[in-house]
This record gives sequence, structure tokens and C-alpha cells, in this order.
Amino acid sequence: MNLPLFRPEDDPGPSFLGLLGHLGLGPTESFRGAAGVDPGLSPHATTVVAVRHSEGVIMAGDRRATSGNFISHRSIEKVFPADRHSGVAISGTAGIAMEMVRLFQLQLEHYEKVEGKALSLDGKANQLSQMLRANLPLAMQGLVVVPLFAGYDHRHDTGRLFQYDVTGGRYEERDHAATGSGMLHASTVVKLRYREDMTEDEAVDVVVEALFQAADEDSATGGPDPIRGIYPVVASITAAGFERFDDQRVADRTTALLDSLIGNQTGGHPSS
Amino acid sequence: MSMPMYVSPEQIMKDKADFARKGIARGRAAIGCTFADGVLLCAENPSNTLRKVSEIYDRIGFVGVGRYNEFDSLRKGGVRHADLKGYTYSREDVDARSLANLYAETLGGYFTHEPKPLEIEMLVGEMGEEPDGDQLFHLLYDGTVMDMRTFAVIGGEADAIRGRFEETWSRDSALTVAIGAAVTALAGPERRLSADDLEVAVLARPNSRRAFRRIEGDELDGLLA
Repeated sequence: MNLPLFRPEDDPGPSFLGLLGHLGLGPTESFRGAAGVDPGLSPHATTVVAVRHSEGVIMAGDRRATSGNFISHRSIEKVFPADRHSGVAISGTAGIAMEMVRLFQLQLEHYEKVEGKALSLDGKANQLSQMLRANLPLAMQGLVVVPLFAGYDHRHDTGRLFQYDVTGGRYEERDHAATGSGMLHASTVVKLRYREDMTEDEAVDVVVEALFQAADEDSATGGPDPIRGIYPVVASITAAGFERFDDQRVADRTTALLDSLIGNQTGGHPSS
Repeated sequence: MSMPMYVSPEQIMKDKADFARKGIARGRAAIGCTFADGVLLCAENPSNTLRKVSEIYDRIGFVGVGRYNEFDSLRKGGVRHADLKGYTYSREDVDARSLANLYAETLGGYFTHEPKPLEIEMLVGEMGEEPDGDQLFHLLYDGTVMDMRTFAVIGGEADAIRGRFEETWSRDSALTVAIGAAVTALAGPERRLSADDLEVAVLARPNSRRAFRRIEGDELDGLLA
């Protein structure tokens, strides 16, 4: 590897993707001209949710990846730090989504190092839009990625969250967002449970319940798995930064939820 | 037909070196040294927007002195190299040694082939997992690279500053002591430097993945008091 120096007119600026493009290493280069891909061949990541609360945002995702009707991974992670004060959660084709997250993280860090200053939260959200738009040809071939992005905006002292579509459309949501195959069930739970100015702990309970109910209705969403000790990934983004909760904390909240549900069992089989 | 004027290679190199040294001597100096918890990078720099000290990668920092545009473009090249390497292989595979070698090649190339050598000196510091793993590379305008291990002074009046620094600094000192020694050495006997005149950063071991942290404002005031 040599030192990538550029003449001023060729300089890719603070963009890592621009740099990769310059060197012919861009993420979509190798896929050009690929025919339609059977989505059943590649693992899909499913339900993720984000909820705003009084101190910031909680993001959470289940742990299942599916290939058609197979469970291809039981403990995949779908919630990642984007940088110190923002996070990204993914649904869709896992391989493409993970690579997109990796590039997104690098893009933000690279900008910060080259410019000596971090991007604004809107700038970060916009970057992710552009990456999705660049992925559109792949999405048309069946390799769809739809992320959520959330962060703490130091300029406005509040948590903010963004929803996307496959074309790179970006929609800022006020209170909560969900994406992936279980999104309908998850967002119904969040919608019913949501209150203005929830505390962080209350928001954690809401996302744990939302993912549980999504897993109950959607076969592609994984529920809590106490046998293997696999629980949803829950992360908090506040003024202090991104923090992934340890599994024990999520396990405790899941147990509390299960206890409350056992108390008032509804639906399913009529008991004799 | 007139003969082209002959100048001996020795003379050309000497002239280039004198030119580069003069350019560097005009600028203010910087010190890089190890301390108990990592690597300290400290530069005299009255500007707090045009940086001399910067983050390259998780455990790698950079200091440049001399012509700003020249060392800044090498700094960006370093960030790009490190991020590309980490993306292609793994974050653990990015190290200061290979970056220092690339810098040396580039500086040497300019010195030999371009009409004007780069008027810069640079330090590349890497924090190791253990104190023994800390590394500092000192790069000269002509591509000379030196493995300094413990400390290095770059920029104008480097010799005098090195002398003063050696008197007060020791390898395993605490951060306060190391900053004190660096600032006193940079200031010299007749001046006092305040937080506004300095740019200070550390690569410190308790930090998370990105170990580079600037020390500025009240925190720096507190450490200088």
C-alpha cells in the first residue's frame, strides 16, 4: 500500500467512499451487471426499533437472521454504534447491510479525522441516505437494506431518529420508528405504550415488549432465548454517547415482561 | 553552444538541506514523549483551528511542524492510508511503523526529485498495549526516519529544547509531570506558555478504541497550574 496523496483537483476530500471510488474499490463496483439474486440465498436480518425518551434514544433489534424459511443465525447483531453519539440499526440482506454499516462508521470517523470536526447529526443522516441510494441497483435485484439511524444532537440537546426507505428517502420521526419484517407488530406495541418524556428504563421496557410481540407474530423475528442466553441487543444513545446494554440487563427486563404476561394470558388455546 | 553549468550532487543536496532546515527553524517546536499511561504530543501553536497535532488511527497520533500545507497534506494521506488499511485488513493491522516508512519514502522522494524539498518535520506516535510497546518515529525533511522509543523534539531550536526537556522528564512520569516538562522545555527560560499557546493531546491506555484525546481549555489550565 502506498500513501494516498492527491493533486488538489483530484482530492476526494473528507469522504472515505470518495477515496474508495477513486481507487476503484467502491462497494458496488464488484456487483455491476450482476443478475437478479434470489433473496432466499442470503441471510436476512429482521426487526429493529428505536424510541425517543427524555434523555435520548433507545435502539433495539432481535437476534435472528433467516434465509428463506431457515434460521441462518441465532445471535446476529443488528444495532451498531455509528460513532460516539449515534447508532445505526439494520434490516434486510445481512451481508450488504453489515458492509454498509462498516462503511458508514468509517465514513463518519474518516470525515472527523480529515476535517478535524465531526459531522452534524443531519449530515450523518444524509450520508446514510446517499449510501442507500447508491445501493438502489442492488435493491432492485433483491438485496434490500433498510436501516434506522438515531443520534444525540448536541446542537439541539435532544435525541433524534430517522427512518429510511430503499431509495435513500429519509424521514425524521418524532418519537419512534421500526423497520424489518416484524415492524408492524413492533410499532403497534410501541405506539400503544409510548408516552411523552418516558425515562430511559421505561423506553427499554417498551422496546423489549415490542420485539417480543413481533417475534410472537413474525417467524423471521427471533424471540428471547433463555436456553442459549440470547436476548435482543438494546443500546442507549444519550449526551454521554452510545452504550450497548449488557445482556444481563436485557435478560432481567425480559424476565419481568414474561412474568407480567404469564399473569394475564390472552389468545392462543382455550384452557381446559 | 554553452555548456550547462555543473553543480556537484553534494552541493545540490547541501543547498536543499540548508533550505529545508531554514524553513523548519522558523516554525515553533513540538515534543512527543511517552508517559506512564501512553504517549503525549505537545506543540506550541497559538492557533486553535490550524492543527499541528492530529489523530491518525485508533492508537496512532501525528505532529507536524514547518509549512502547514505540506505537513497537513501528508497528515491527510496518513489518515487515508490508515483507514484504507484497516478497511482492507483489520484494525489491528494498522501500525505506526509502516506509516512512518511511507512518510519517509514520500519525504525522500520530494527531497531527491523535486526542485523544492518539503520544509517539514513530523512525529508519528503509537500507543502500545503495554508501556514497552509505545513507539515514536521522528521524520526529517530528507526522508530520514528515526525510531525514538522515548521522546523526540521537532521544529525550531530543537537542540536547546531537547537539552531542557531531558533535565526534567523521566520515562514513567505521570501526565502532569510530562506536560509540565514539555511546556517548560518549549517555553525556555524567558517565556511562560499558557493553554492558549499550546496544542496538547494524548494517546492514553485507559481510553476506548480511539485512544486519541485532546487536552484543552480548563483541563489543560488545570494541568499547567
